[in-house]
Amino acid sequence: MSASRATTPGAGTPMLALDHLSVTFRSDAGPVHAVREVSFDVAPGEIVAVVGESGSGKSVSSRALLGLLPGTASVGGSARIDGVELTTLGGESMRRVRGDRIAMIFQEPATSLDPVRTVGWQVMEALRAHRRMSRRAAHRRAVELLDLVGIPDPERRVHSYPHQMSGGQKQRVMIAIAISCEPELIIADEPTTALDVTVQAAILDLLRGLRDRLGTAIVLITHNMGVVADLADRVVVMYRGQVVEQAPVAQLFAAPAHPYTQRLLAAVPYLGQGRSSHAVPGAEPATPAGSTVATDRSGPDVDAARATSLGTPGAISGEPAPSSGTPALAVRDLVVEFPGRLGSPRVRAVDGVSLTIAPGRVLGLVGESGSGKTTVGRTVVGLVPATSGSIDVFGTDLRTASPHTLRDLRRRFGFVFQDPAASLNPRASVGACIAEPLSVHKVGTDASRHKRVAELLEAVELPAAFAKRYPHELSGGQRQRVSLARALVLGPDLLIADEPTSALDVSVQATVLHLFQELQREMGFACLFISHDLAVVDIVAHDVAVMSLGQLVEVGTTAEVLSAPRHPYTRALLAAVPVPDPAAQRERREERAALLAAGSVAS
Amino acid sequence: MNVKILPRSPLVRYLLVRLALIVPTVWILVSVVFFFMRVIGDPITASQGGRLSAAQLAARRAAAGFDRPILQQYGEYLGGLLHGDFGTALTDHRKISEVLITNGAATLELTFWALIVAFVVGIPLGRLAARYRDKLPDVTIRTFAVLVYAAPVFFVGLLLKLLFSATLGWLPASGRASAGVEIALNNVNPKTNVMIIDAILYGDPGYILDVLRHAILPALALGLLTAGVFIRLIRINLLETMRTDYVTAARARGVPERLVVRKHAFRNALVPVVTVMGMQIAIMLGGAILTETTFEWQGLGYVLSHYLLARDFVAVQGIVTAIAVVVAVSSFLIDVINALVDPRVRY
Repeated sequence: MSASRATTPGAGTPMLALDHLSVTFRSDAGPVHAVREVSFDVAPGEIVAVVGESGSGKSVSSRALLGLLPGTASVGGSARIDGVELTTLGGESMRRVRGDRIAMIFQEPATSLDPVRTVGWQVMEALRAHRRMSRRAAHRRAVELLDLVGIPDPERRVHSYPHQMSGGQKQRVMIAIAISCEPELIIADEPTTALDVTVQAAILDLLRGLRDRLGTAIVLITHNMGVVADLADRVVVMYRGQVVEQAPVAQLFAAPAHPYTQRLLAAVPYLGQGRSSHAVPGAEPATPAGSTVATDRSGPDVDAARATSLGTPGAISGEPAPSSGTPALAVRDLVVEFPGRLGSPRVRAVDGVSLTIAPGRVLGLVGESGSGKTTVGRTVVGLVPATSGSIDVFGTDLRTASPHTLRDLRRRFGFVFQDPAASLNPRASVGACIAEPLSVHKVGTDASRHKRVAELLEAVELPAAFAKRYPHELSGGQRQRVSLARALVLGPDLLIADEPTSALDVSVQATVLHLFQELQREMGFACLFISHDLAVVDIVAHDVAVMSLGQLVEVGTTAEVLSAPRHPYTRALLAAVPVPDPAAQRERREERAALLAAGSVAS
Repeated sequence: MNVKILPRSPLVRYLLVRLALIVPTVWILVSVVFFFMRVIGDPITASQGGRLSAAQLAARRAAAGFDRPILQQYGEYLGGLLHGDFGTALTDHRKISEVLITNGAATLELTFWALIVAFVVGIPLGRLAARYRDKLPDVTIRTFAVLVYAAPVFFVGLLLKLLFSATLGWLPASGRASAGVEIALNNVNPKTNVMIIDAILYGDPGYILDVLRHAILPALALGLLTAGVFIRLIRINLLETMRTDYVTAARARGVPERLVVRKHAFRNALVPVVTVMGMQIAIMLGGAILTETTFEWQGLGYVLSHYLLARDFVAVQGIVTAIAVVVAVSSFLIDVINALVDPRVRY
C-alpha cells in the first residue's frame, strides 16, 4: 500500500475532506434536508468521532461517501479522498473505492453478514472483489485475517456460518472484511451499539490496535460519549444535519463550546453519578434561539402540566428504609428452563436466583445478553412459566395462587417493556392504551377512566390532548411515557421495567429517567428495573443485583456494588464501561488491561 | 428420547427426524381417507346400490368382507398397504397397485414438465419484475402472473387447445403420444411408463419429438398456474432481500452489483420460495386432475375422475392414499432442499 500513509494521528494533509456536503431526500412531503453543508477533514491515521442523536444525519453523510444512499437521495457539495471526488463517482470507479480505499463496519453485525454464506466465503469475496488472487490464496488470507481480528481457531471458524457465532465474533468478522484490502479509511457506523459492554471494550481495543498497527484512519459514528472518550482523537458534533462543533477530544469534554454539546454531555448517564446527583433537564444551560435542541417534551403546556401535577423535584425526600414487613417481591431459588431442540438437552436460562424487593425500593437487575435477566422479569410477570422455585408478590406465591387471587394480584403489577413502538397497540388511541388495564380489571366508569387517563398523562408530562392521538404519531420518548402511564394507571405497588430506556436517545433517556425517578418517589411503588446499562441503574436503583449465566453473582446497595464490587464478574463489567471523560477513560483502560493480564477476569 | 442414539451431524440428525415423521403423517392420512370413505357406506353399496337387489348386495358385501367389523377391515387394509397391496378396483378389476404404477408414471411425467415450465417462466420473470419495480415490465409481468394464477387450469387448457391446436394446428390436442407411437412404445422393454424415457430407450428421434409435442400444452396449462405463484414470490422476496443490511454491506465492500444480486439477494430470496414449492406440489397434483381430463392424459387424475364417476371407492381410496404419500414424501424432499439452501435450518 501507499508509503505516504502516516501512522501518527493528525500528521500530514487531510486524507478525507468533506466540503459543504449536503444530502437531500425526495419525499411525498417535499424535500428532506438530512445533511446540510457538512465540512470536516480526517488526517491519515486519525480517529474522528462523529456524534449526534438519531436523525442528526451522521449515518447518512457517511453512506453518501460510498454512494450507498437510495435513489431518492441527491448529494451536493464535495467529498474527496486523496483528491478524488467521491460525490460524482459512479459505477465501476465507485465500486473500486468501496472496500479497497474506504471500508465500512455496520451497527448490526447480526444482519450485516449474509446468513447463507460462510464467514470465510464473505471475507474471500471482499478480497477477490479488488485483488486478483486464487481461491486458495484468498482462503489462506481469510484465515490470517480472522486470526488478526481475534477469532479463536480461525482454520475451523472460517467455515462457520454467521448464526454459529456470537455477536462480538460477527463484528470481528465484519472488521476482518473491512481491513481485508487494507483501506486508508474505515467508517465504523455505531460498531458497538448492539454489543455487550465487555464485548464493546474488546472491539474498541481491536479498532485502536488496527489504527496503531496499520495506520488506518477511522471515522467513528456513535451516540455513545463513553466510546468517543475511549477511542477518538477528534470529535465532530452533528445536530439536525449540521456540524455544530468540532474539537480535539480532550477539549470537547473539558470545555464544550456549543450549547447542544453541553446539553448532550450533561444528559449522558455515567457511573458514580448516583440517584441524588442526576442532572435535572430543566436546569441545564438555556439554548439560544435559532438552534433549538430537540427534547422530548412538547411545549409550554407540558411544563404547565408538570408544574401542577408534581411538586418541586426532591420535595418528597428520603430513601425508603428497607422495611421489615412483607416484601413487594420475593423470588426464591427460581429456576427457568426452556425445552431444547429435538434431541438436545433443556436450556437452563435462570439457575437458582433469589432476590427480594422491599416496598418502595428499586432493584436494578443488570447483566449482559444471555445472562437471564430478562427471563427473570418475564417469569415474574407470568409470561414464562417457572420450572421450580417460588415467586411471592406481597406474600402470595404466584405459582400456587388461585386464578381469582392471581387476578387481584395482577392489579398491583405494572409492566414497561423495552420497545415502546411494539408494546403499544397501533390501532388504539393513546387514551385507550392507557385505559386498557382499567377496562381489563373492570375498574371505574367511562367518565372516571377518562379522568384517570388525564391524570396519568399529566403525571408523565404529556398534554391531555395526546389521549386522542395514535402511537405512531408520537416520538419514541413520548411513546415510552405512554407505556409508563399505562403501567401506572392502576396505581401499582410493584413495577417491572425491562430496559425501558435502551431504545431512546441519550437526551430523551435522561428526561424519561428523571420522570421515572420523580414518579417513583411520589407514588412509592417498588420496582424491578432490568437494564444492561450500569450507569442507568446507578441513577434509578437503590439496590443492584448482578446476573451472569443464569446466576446471581452479587447483590447489594447500589453504592456498595458499583463502587466496591466484590465479585470478579462485576469488576470486569464495571471496568468495561467507558466513561465520558478521555483522561479518566485512559486510566480505566489501563486498569482494565492490568485486570485482564492478571487473569482474574473470566471472559 | 435418548440423545446418544442420534448421529452427531446436525444435518443428518435433522433429516433423519424429518424422515421418521413421514410415517405418522402417512398413517394419519391413510386413516382419515379410510374412515371418511366408510362414513358414506360400504363400497359395494356405493357402486352397485340401486342396480342389485338387497339380497344380492348383501351376498357381494359378504364375499368382499365388507360386512365384518370396521376395525378389522381397517387393520387388514393397513396390513395390505404395508405389502404394497392397495386392493382391486370394483369396476374394472385392475389391481390398484398396477394403476398407481402405470397411470402414476404419467402424472409424474406431467408434473415434471409443469415444474420445468414453472421454473423457466416463473424465476426469470420474477427477477425481471423486481429489477424494473413499478415500471412497465414489472406491471406487465405482474398482470400476467395474476391472470395465470387466477384462471382455472381447464380454462387455460381449453384456450391453449383452441389456439395452438384447433386454430394454428401446431400441436396435438390430446393424449400422451400419437396412436402409432403409443403402440410402439408399449413394447419397449424395460417399460418405465414414463413416455419420454420409453421413447429415448426406443431410440427413434421422431418418437421423442412426438412425445415432447404432446407434452407442451398440458405442461403449459399446469405449469403456468405455479409460474404465477413463483413470479410473485421471487419478486417480493428479491425486493425484500435487496433492502437487507447484508446486501448493503456487500455493496460497501465493493462486490459488483450483478454478484450482489446473484450471490446474496437471489440466494436468500429462494429460501421462502422453496417452502412454498412444497405446498405447490400438492396444488399441482390437484391441478393435474383437471389438466389430465382436459387433455385426456392417462394419468392418476384421469383415472381418478373415472373411478369417482363410477363410485368405485376402493380405487378412489387407493389413489387418494398414494397421492397423500407423494405429498408427504415431497414435503420431506423440500425439507432436504431447504437444509441445503439455508444453513440455519441445519441447526
